[in-house]
Amino acid sequence: MSSVAVPAPRRRREAPLALGVSTAYLSVIVLIPLAALTLRSLEGGVSAFWDAVTDPQAVAALKLTFAISLVVVLINAVAGTVIAWVLVRDSFGGKSLVNALIDLPFALPTIVAGLTLLALYGPKSPIGVNVAYTTAALVLALLFVTLPFVVRTVQPVLLELDRDMEEAAQSLGATSFQTFRRVIFPNLFPAILSGTALGFARALGEFGSVVLISGNQPFKTEVASVYIFGQIESDNVTGAAAVSVVLLVASLGVLLAIGGVRRWATRHDQ
Amino acid sequence: MRRYALRFVALGYLAALLVVPVGLVVYRAFQDGIAEFFAAITTPAALHALWLTIIIALIAVPLNTVFGVMCALAIVRRRFRGHGLVNSVVDLPLALSPVVVGLALVLVYGRNGWWGAWLIDNGVQVIYALPGMVIATVFVSLPFVVREVVPVLREIGDEQEQAAATLGASSWQTFWKITLPAIRWGVAYGVVLTTARALGEFGAVSVVSGRIAGRTETMTLHVEERFQAFEVQDAYAASVVLALLAVCTLLAMTLLRREDA
Repeated sequence: MSSVAVPAPRRRREAPLALGVSTAYLSVIVLIPLAALTLRSLEGGVSAFWDAVTDPQAVAALKLTFAISLVVVLINAVAGTVIAWVLVRDSFGGKSLVNALIDLPFALPTIVAGLTLLALYGPKSPIGVNVAYTTAALVLALLFVTLPFVVRTVQPVLLELDRDMEEAAQSLGATSFQTFRRVIFPNLFPAILSGTALGFARALGEFGSVVLISGNQPFKTEVASVYIFGQIESDNVTGAAAVSVVLLVASLGVLLAIGGVRRWATRHDQ
Repeated sequence: MRRYALRFVALGYLAALLVVPVGLVVYRAFQDGIAEFFAAITTPAALHALWLTIIIALIAVPLNTVFGVMCALAIVRRRFRGHGLVNSVVDLPLALSPVVVGLALVLVYGRNGWWGAWLIDNGVQVIYALPGMVIATVFVSLPFVVREVVPVLREIGDEQEQAAATLGASSWQTFWKITLPAIRWGVAYGVVLTTARALGEFGAVSVVSGRIAGRTETMTLHVEERFQAFEVQDAYAASVVLALLAVCTLLAMTLLRREDA
């Protein structure tokens, strides 16, 4: 498991309090509730779980969620890389302001994000673009909230990238596209991948920013988290819990995959 | 030429997605004048929502700061069974849907949940009340301090701590005099992120609060409630308050990054 092969110095039993408190805290806040959720989804047996997950409305919501999330993170993989590139390699007035702005989607409450997009791209749009209550609105909302992920994973890698390699490639006659494809991109790829994966996990569970702008029409613009919310409201706890478990498993899977990508990237470096 | 094209694409994308929408809401919030804006954010419901949001953050952020530092120490300084699991569990709140978080909490602390009936019999109502909203906020903002402190702890190593211990410092003294000063910027950065997340949480709090106006309505819930009640102007005004808090967060992040470098 441990990736560092430093011979461990003789350790005092450090931070015993820290370990105990951490475990207890994580259990009460995170683990026990998630266990309760999983058990509740299986309360009626596996067949009841399966029925809940394969409910047509649930299937439609899950399919839409996965499809839109994929589209969104692919767009932001490209846009995020371009933005990171401009922030690192370009110089213009107000660059540090733009750099600070990248974190706005992290800092701004999601419900406010949804409201602001609805103001500009909704029925009362001053520029005459109305995408409210369509899948395009979902895409916009998710693009907004997942914007920082790729930028913030690619930026540090780009900063540390050795320019000698690029110059070497160019002096050997590579075009700038070839240099990007053969020299720069392979170095950025692990960072792009892990940023994209984080964004994907975030998009799968997004709620606040889509709830106002998507219209939440079943089979059309209802994403998984909105579906779960609706089922809780209408007291179908088993249905809500079952779809929740699907999202939980997907999130865990993405996190484990990111761990895998990071280990692969470190090996790549050596 | 290509450089300008890339710059244009990057800045255009940011403008269309972030700057213009947020700017428009700020403009709309003030278009009827400052007096209208202040009237909208000083209604009893808005003031109560703001107050409740601040209370929740004041409880959740210190809890997650203390826990975050402890958890980071446990992850970095100790080798124990389940090390990898703790590491992934800490990240989980970042990737999990807030609605799922809310539902999971209801299933434990709600009336029909594992401990809910017992808690209610003993006079503690968690769901549809402040404690549940605090727990939900703690859940979603849990990873930030841990994530910021872990790399700093790794980087500083434990040589100084060992030296202090050799010279006879207790582990408490070592923590206060050696470890904490070394990780302070990491902790500060984590606290800023935690605060931003705590102030802005919507989905999880929406599920556990019951959204009772004037009682369990936070600022974000107030924005939604005003919007659904067709009082868009009020929703814009409350959004501007939240956006101002977000801008403060960005400012703090930028300053801390500079301080650290």
